[in-house]
Amino acid sequence: MNIDIPVTTNEPILARQSPALEALRRFVHHRSAQIGLTLFTILLICAVFAPIIAPFDPTLPLDNVTRRSAPCVHLLGCPADQPEHLMGIDSNNRDLFSRVVYGSRVSLQIGIITISFAIIVGGFIGAISGFFGGWLDTLLMRTMDILMAFPSLLLAIAIVSVLGPGLYNALLAIGIVSIPIYARVVRGSVLSVKNLEYVDASRALGASNLHLIFNRILPNALTPLIVQGTLGIASAILNAAALSFLGLGAQPPTPEWGLMLGSEAESVFNAPHLVFFPGLAIMVTVLSFNLIGDALRDALDPRLRGSNRA
Amino acid sequence: MLQFITRRLLLIVPVLIGIMLVTFVIARAIPSDPCVAMMGEKATQAQCAEFRERYGLNDNIFIQFFRYLGQVVQGNFGDSIQYHRPVMDYVSERLPMTFELTIGAMLFSTITGIFLGIISALNRNTIIDTATMVLANIGVSMPVFWLGLMLAYVFSLVFKGTPLYIPPSGRLTPGLSLAPLATVWHMENLTGLARFVVNFLSNSVILNSLLTGNFTILKDALWHLILPSFAVGTIPMATIARMTRSSLLEVLGLDYIRTARAKGLVASLVIRKHALRNALIPIVTVIGLETGALLSGAVLTETVFTLPGMGTALVSAILSRDYPVVQGFTVVIAFIFVLTNLIVDLSYAYFDPRIRLE
Repeated sequence: MNIDIPVTTNEPILARQSPALEALRRFVHHRSAQIGLTLFTILLICAVFAPIIAPFDPTLPLDNVTRRSAPCVHLLGCPADQPEHLMGIDSNNRDLFSRVVYGSRVSLQIGIITISFAIIVGGFIGAISGFFGGWLDTLLMRTMDILMAFPSLLLAIAIVSVLGPGLYNALLAIGIVSIPIYARVVRGSVLSVKNLEYVDASRALGASNLHLIFNRILPNALTPLIVQGTLGIASAILNAAALSFLGLGAQPPTPEWGLMLGSEAESVFNAPHLVFFPGLAIMVTVLSFNLIGDALRDALDPRLRGSNRA
Repeated sequence: MLQFITRRLLLIVPVLIGIMLVTFVIARAIPSDPCVAMMGEKATQAQCAEFRERYGLNDNIFIQFFRYLGQVVQGNFGDSIQYHRPVMDYVSERLPMTFELTIGAMLFSTITGIFLGIISALNRNTIIDTATMVLANIGVSMPVFWLGLMLAYVFSLVFKGTPLYIPPSGRLTPGLSLAPLATVWHMENLTGLARFVVNFLSNSVILNSLLTGNFTILKDALWHLILPSFAVGTIPMATIARMTRSSLLEVLGLDYIRTARAKGLVASLVIRKHALRNALIPIVTVIGLETGALLSGAVLTETVFTLPGMGTALVSAILSRDYPVVQGFTVVIAFIFVLTNLIVDLSYAYFDPRIRLE
């Protein structure tokens, strides 16, 4: 039985840096952050330089290829007279590698668009709810509670059933179901500072409610929002992939990973690579955001330091 | 304790009404004419007018909502447009599969998750800890339908012909079937709740085979449930393992644990009786929150393993705009979710007497 001895850090007690610099230092030294940022950089390169990296068009069928043929990599012993297809050919004679590379564009857009939408709407709801209080607070927060009473993916499915299947409707649905968590986070931060002296001082100087909310109170919500937003991108990408997998999100021939998985699910037994690679891409992307989110939480919230390190 | 339970029960009433309001709005907002959906494209104007009158679609929207509330309280979700039969019958046919899958996945994720978390916490900062947490991180990031498909491939194709072979799809091996309990028990003419309960028991292959003592089918049913439960349970398992680890580490640093060790208690006793009990509260919270992930995962995994559950039914209802089914299924799933969280709340009070007294 080993007994835990509190680990003393080597940080000098004097010579403190600014809190932001210190958080940044904690962040870049965090192992999760290092792995997460590496994966994210690869992903970003794929997304930005997709036309250069992808050898073929992601949506056009190729001539002279065998449908669902296995990956052909010259380095791994594939005969040199055959054209190279790193991830094989899909059921529509398209190069899977090119589709997976272009898919990074779609998934990053999905994550960033939905979560920006949720943060703006949720943040607004949380801010006015916490700042004004009273019946408005009760009404808004009970509404958020009801939205949270549904498993998020199922509510998204129900919303898509109203809007109709399609990538943009799926994005809107995922954005809507992500709102409550940001509303709660912002409301919590607003409540914790709105009665502090510095806010009263600013009000006494004649600041308007709008000025108080945006310049005095909301900056305090930034830290939890950054952490929650990063983790939120991960689950938004997963949910969007799930909707597309069910045929309710992106429609063919969009190179979206969930859709690629869904349309090739039938061929898993004779061409498993068609299922393996798009899923791997989803996993790596989601993993990178989860790792960065974890590291950000540890770095920005010193109270939690060391408690959840992988 | 009784007062605590009553208060929690009363608190969920507004949430349940809210859930019904949301599903009502969603169902009304589905852009298709219920008359055309129900009677077909050839319905005449007069037929449609009669239809709208009969289903009260001309009434004030508030009256419609309260009528709907009244019907739901009586367990009536209307008729399915596709199948022309009560949605509740359809629910009693499809819910048991999702229920079995969710329970299976929950058992798997809780047992393995807590076990891995304890191992990790006790071997903090060793290779075991790092490996477990890396696996947990990967587990959280995996799409459940992908894991399901890959498991199906590995266990039914790669391991074909070995003892590790597990069937990739379906509820039972083709050829096996169970008689409906209503026939076995001569209860064909039941109505209302009793009918729902008998149908539910009957359509749950596991419960039905247990009740009728058909152990061949029970074994087959459990065999078919392994891969889907594993797939659905993996994400919650990873979350539970992480939470167990951090919660246990926090408790292990407290003074009373040192006291327990100092007075010479066996290490395993300190962990089991002293540390774990206090560490369990945040773990139970996470298990409750993961019910949402389990239900969503079940919906997705049913599609992968072609299981006749609510997920496959819900997706087909959405694609064919069968709004009473969408409405009924969404309400039922949300109710289950709310009830699980209620049970979690109540279990806090059991684990931590301080909460009861607040």
